Amino acid sequence: MSDKNLVTGPESFPEPRFDDGALTQVASTKASRRQFIKGVIASGAVASSAAVFLTACEPGEQAAAPAAAAGGVERLLTLNVNGQMRRVDVLPNETLAMTLRYKLNLTGTKLGCDRGECGACTVMLDDIAHYSCSTLTHAAKNMAITTVEGLESESGELHPVQQAMIDELGPQCGFCTPGQIMSAVALLRANPNPTRDEARLAMSGNLCRCGAYDNYLNSVMRAAEMA
Amino acid sequence: MSKDMMPGFELFQPDTVDGAVDLLGRYGGEAWALAGGNDSLDWFKDRVKRPQYVVDLSGLDELRGIREMDDGGIEIGAMTTLTAIESSALIQERYSILSDSARRVASPQIRNASTIGGNVLQDTRCWYYRYGVDCYRAGGNECYADTPEGQNREHCLWGADRCIAVSPSDTAPALVALDARMVVRNADGDREIPAEEFFIGPDIDIERMTVLEPGDVLTAIRIPADWAGATFYFEKVADRNTWDFPLVNIAAAMVVEGDTVQSIRIVAGAVECIPRRLTAVEQAVTGQPKNEETAAVAGQTAIRGATPFNFNHFKIPLLQNLVTRAIRDA
Repeated sequence: MSDKNLVTGPESFPEPRFDDGALTQVASTKASRRQFIKGVIASGAVASSAAVFLTACEPGEQAAAPAAAAGGVERLLTLNVNGQMRRVDVLPNETLAMTLRYKLNLTGTKLGCDRGECGACTVMLDDIAHYSCSTLTHAAKNMAITTVEGLESESGELHPVQQAMIDELGPQCGFCTPGQIMSAVALLRANPNPTRDEARLAMSGNLCRCGAYDNYLNSVMRAAEMA
Repeated sequence: MSKDMMPGFELFQPDTVDGAVDLLGRYGGEAWALAGGNDSLDWFKDRVKRPQYVVDLSGLDELRGIREMDDGGIEIGAMTTLTAIESSALIQERYSILSDSARRVASPQIRNASTIGGNVLQDTRCWYYRYGVDCYRAGGNECYADTPEGQNREHCLWGADRCIAVSPSDTAPALVALDARMVVRNADGDREIPAEEFFIGPDIDIERMTVLEPGDVLTAIRIPADWAGATFYFEKVADRNTWDFPLVNIAAAMVVEGDTVQSIRIVAGAVECIPRRLTAVEQAVTGQPKNEETAAVAGQTAIRGATPFNFNHFKIPLLQNLVTRAIRDA
C-alpha cells in the first residue's frame, strides 16, 4: 500500500503479439499458488471444477453434436486476451468464461451462477463490461478481451481501481471482486468522473453476497479521484 | 457448484443477412438464431432447448445502428444493443419512452450485450415452462401454473387460453405504444408488420409468442414520425431494480394540447401474453382534460375484465395505479 501506487498513470497495454507458448508460460510462471492448491486437493471436488468441463469435452458428449457442416466455424481461434494473441481450440458451444478459466488458465475470472445473474464472470470486450458466462467465445473472437489479470501495468503496479479496492477495504470474501473490478474499470474508461449514483448504477450488475456494496462504491469513487 | 457444458451444436457465423436467412431457412426448426445470447444460452445450458444448428447474428454489422428515415421516423437495426438505445441522443430526444424502457432492462452487462431484437423476441419467463415440463406451451397437454397450488404470481390477467404466461419484455410495450413496424426477412423477401400484430397469444399459437416462423429473421424496427417528441410515460415495477422482469410495466405516448389529451396510445406489459394495448383507456381519455379526475377514470377503466389467478391479484391495483400515474404524471 505504498503511496507511489496511488499515482499510477493510465495503464498501458503492449501491442498485440503472437505468443504461441503463452499457455505454458502462464502455467509455469504465474500459477504457483493455484498449482499448489490443485496439488493438495488433487482430483477432489473443487468449486467450478475443470474436471467437469474436460469430461464434457470427451468424444462421448460431442457425439451428440452433428457432424461438421459446411460453413460452420473453425475451432482454432486466435484471441486477443490482455494484449496477447492467444491461439486456442474452442468448441462451438463454449462460453468465454470456460475458455478463459480452463483453456487459458486465467482463473481470476470467476464463475458464480453461469446464468448472467451474478456478475462474477465480468470481463471487458473492447472496453465494455460483459458477462463472459453468457458470451460464446466464438462471438468474441474479433474483440479485445480484458480480464482482471490484464489490468496491472507492465512494471507490476496495480490498476488504480485495484489499489483503491485495497485502500478502501472494498472486498470482504473476495469472490465477486474480479467482476466488481472489471465493472468499475469499464465505467471509468467511459466516464472518468462518475457521480456516486452513476457508479452505483454501473456496478448494479454485480452481486456481492457479503453485502460490501458501499465499500465497493467507496473504492470506485476513490479510484476516480486517483486516475 | 460445478459447471457443465451446454450440449453441442453446429455454430454458423454468417457475414451477410441473406446468408443467415439462407441457413435458418435450410435448417428450419432445427436451427436457432442467436442475438445477444443472454436468453438463448440459458435455454441451452438448462437443456430445455437443444437446437442442432445455431446461427450467430453478432457479426452482421448491417443489423446494427440507428438511422433517420426520410419521413422523419427512425430505423433501429435488430442487433442494436439496449445500451446503444438507452444512450442514443436521437432516441432520447424524440422517443424517450424507448430509451427509458431499454434502461430498465436487466443489468448493465446484459444491456451491453442484449439487442432490441432479442429483447422483443425473448421467450416467456413462466418457470414451469422454463423448467422444461411438458406444459401446453412446450407441446404437452397441461398447464402447471393454472392449478390450485400453481405458483402464478407473475402470470396473466387477460388472454388465458390453456397457457397463462405473460410477455416479459420492457421494450415491447414502448414499441407498441409508438406504433412501431417490425421488418422481417425470409427467403421470399422483406415484410413489415405492425408491432401490435407482431406479438401473438396462445389462442393463435400456443408454442410461440410472435408471428415469426422458422426461417424468418427480424432485421429492423421502424418507428414512424407520428409520435416523435410526444408526451411519454414509462414505468416498470419489479421485485428488484436490477435483473428482474416486470411484474407490470406501462408505456404511454400522448399528444397534449393546452390541458387536453388529443390522442394517446397506452400499453401494459406482463399482464397478458402480448403487450396489452389499453384501448378502453385510450377512448376514455381522448379529448379529456389531463388531470387527476381523468387519471382516476383511466385507472379504473384499465382493470375492467381482469381475471386473476390465486397469487396474482396484486397485479390489478398495481396496473390501476400505474395507468393513473401515466395519465397524471406524464
